[in-house]
Amino acid sequence: MDTVSPIERILRGIALTLICLFFMFPIVWIFLMSFQTNETILRVPPSVVFSPTLENYTALITGRLETQAGTLDINFMGNLWNSLFLSTTSVAVGLLLGVPAAYAFARLKFRGSEDIAFTLLSFRFAPPLLVLLPLTIYFQQLGLANTYGGLIWVYQLIVLPLILWIVRGYFEDIPADIEYAYRIAGHDFWSTFRRIALPLAGPGIAAAGLLSFIFAWNNFVFALVLASADKQPVTVGALAFVTASGIQYGQVAAGIVLSIAPTFALALYAQRYLVEGLSLGAVKG
Amino acid sequence: MTIELKNLRKSFKSGTVIDDVSLTVAKGETLVLFGPSGAGKTVLLRLIAGVIDPEAGHIRLHGRDMAGVEPEDRGIGMAFQNFALFPHMDAFANIAAPLTARGRSADAIRQTVSKVAQLLKIDHVLHHKPKELSNGQKQRTALARALSAEPSILLLDDPLRNVDAKLRFEMRLELPRLLKSQNATVIYVTQDYKEAMALGHRIAVMNGHGIQQIGTPEEIYLSPANTDIARLFGDPVINLLDVRPESRDGRVVALLSDQPVPLLDDYAAQVGQDCILGLRPEAIRFVGADTPGAIPVEVEAETPLNEKTVSLVLTLRGREIMVSRPAGSPGPASGRAHIAVDATSAILFDRASGQRIAPARNTIRKEEVA
Repeated sequence: MDTVSPIERILRGIALTLICLFFMFPIVWIFLMSFQTNETILRVPPSVVFSPTLENYTALITGRLETQAGTLDINFMGNLWNSLFLSTTSVAVGLLLGVPAAYAFARLKFRGSEDIAFTLLSFRFAPPLLVLLPLTIYFQQLGLANTYGGLIWVYQLIVLPLILWIVRGYFEDIPADIEYAYRIAGHDFWSTFRRIALPLAGPGIAAAGLLSFIFAWNNFVFALVLASADKQPVTVGALAFVTASGIQYGQVAAGIVLSIAPTFALALYAQRYLVEGLSLGAVKG
Repeated sequence: MTIELKNLRKSFKSGTVIDDVSLTVAKGETLVLFGPSGAGKTVLLRLIAGVIDPEAGHIRLHGRDMAGVEPEDRGIGMAFQNFALFPHMDAFANIAAPLTARGRSADAIRQTVSKVAQLLKIDHVLHHKPKELSNGQKQRTALARALSAEPSILLLDDPLRNVDAKLRFEMRLELPRLLKSQNATVIYVTQDYKEAMALGHRIAVMNGHGIQQIGTPEEIYLSPANTDIARLFGDPVINLLDVRPESRDGRVVALLSDQPVPLLDDYAAQVGQDCILGLRPEAIRFVGADTPGAIPVEVEAETPLNEKTVSLVLTLRGREIMVSRPAGSPGPASGRAHIAVDATSAILFDRASGQRIAPARNTIRKEEVA
């Protein structure tokens, strides 16, 4: 079984190391930066030897940023909470609406279904700024500007098409015969959806949820325009580190570490769902 | 009539699959739907099960019209060709699915499942997921699921297609007893003519969008409605020879190697017309040269199979004929030889349409041929 020669194995190892270095280096560097002061970060030449400090994290958590120009109040923890709340709620709403819709698009071929599905996908084509201008005016008139509800609604533009198209593919991959068999056994449409379609598309739903969570979390421009300080997520909140006395690299790095931590943890946890086979070998190909 | 189909039609984007199909199946009967792939057998089963709807026509089960009745309300048991087991449930839950739907108690479900599982010899794998089952066990689980709620109508879609030859043979022996014990009305789909002949009280041959012939296995084998059906039943395949019957000495004959092969007198109307003569390989035998009416041939090749030996012979005019004889019986392996034909089993078809020409008077005595 092991036909790989030692040389090939070594070369492969080197290639993998290089790729890992290339992709991981910025993240590792930021992680190191988050434990340094601005002075040690900006010294020339840069060095990985430094005495670590937690002051960046304490500044973020206490919300008081000390600079040469004086102290500055920042609301990073509030931003983090906003990100968490906005992303989680948006994905929850997106799943609630998107999963049944995806099932309908996958199984019930009704007139115009392809067109509607494509229209929903096309939301992803338009540059967000193009949508934002009229949206801002509508939202101000409707009183939705600077509300969580309004933001979650707009976030559906990001979340819903993703969920719809990913989950639809998973539903289509379930052999129709499995669902037919459950119907013929005497179960109605809804229990077939709940007991057969949902569990079998589980990995796909998890993947879509995770992916759309990351997209929602990383969103910048919708929140920048439609939310004021107290509703802003971390992506917008990070702008506060660009202060009158310069850019606070240490705090920016600590902020990045804190803000990618949830998505990173989620990705690690959901990894097994992403790779788990769908059909589990019940139907002979 | 338990199952009544009337003028059913169904087409998909790719074309019409079922066109004007009517069929009735009596209570307790096993009807085999036989035909090549793409003939619409599976589609017909799905129409009956209610998972797809016909464009035209009626389906009546137990005398009740099924238009608008959901599949879960039709009280049918069905086994799929690809098994269609629920991959996230173990074998027990798979078999129990029709029982939970009927609201049986947990105790009753356990009892019924273990009874069915014992009958099908899968009681030791009830807690395995489908992916942990062998193909044979999957097939039995699928069958158990179809049977567990004791439905009065069973639809079996080529359940032996995806299992190995040994198991297929075992199941072919077991199934008739099993189906009989269920006392259900069965429609059984297969592409294997031996399976069709072994299991069916009647066989409906589907070919080209519709049913071409319905009859007992014997009727289909001995008097196929057309040359296509004649070719589908029998191994080696039936010999189909272009002939033009002649009248000689007051008898209707067809010429093979310039020798008259007597047909039954009932074919007098076909004298001088273009016909096809169907001769089953087992209705032809080698004979000595001095036998009256012996037809001289050249033996081209011989294939010994386990239970029979099949020879390919050429007539004087170069027509190929297959001759089958029981293994071990004497016969020439090559060179010149003579054959004789059992006239009573000869089937005559119209050459233009391929349809069987019924004799004016049915003189075939079945016991003579069977």
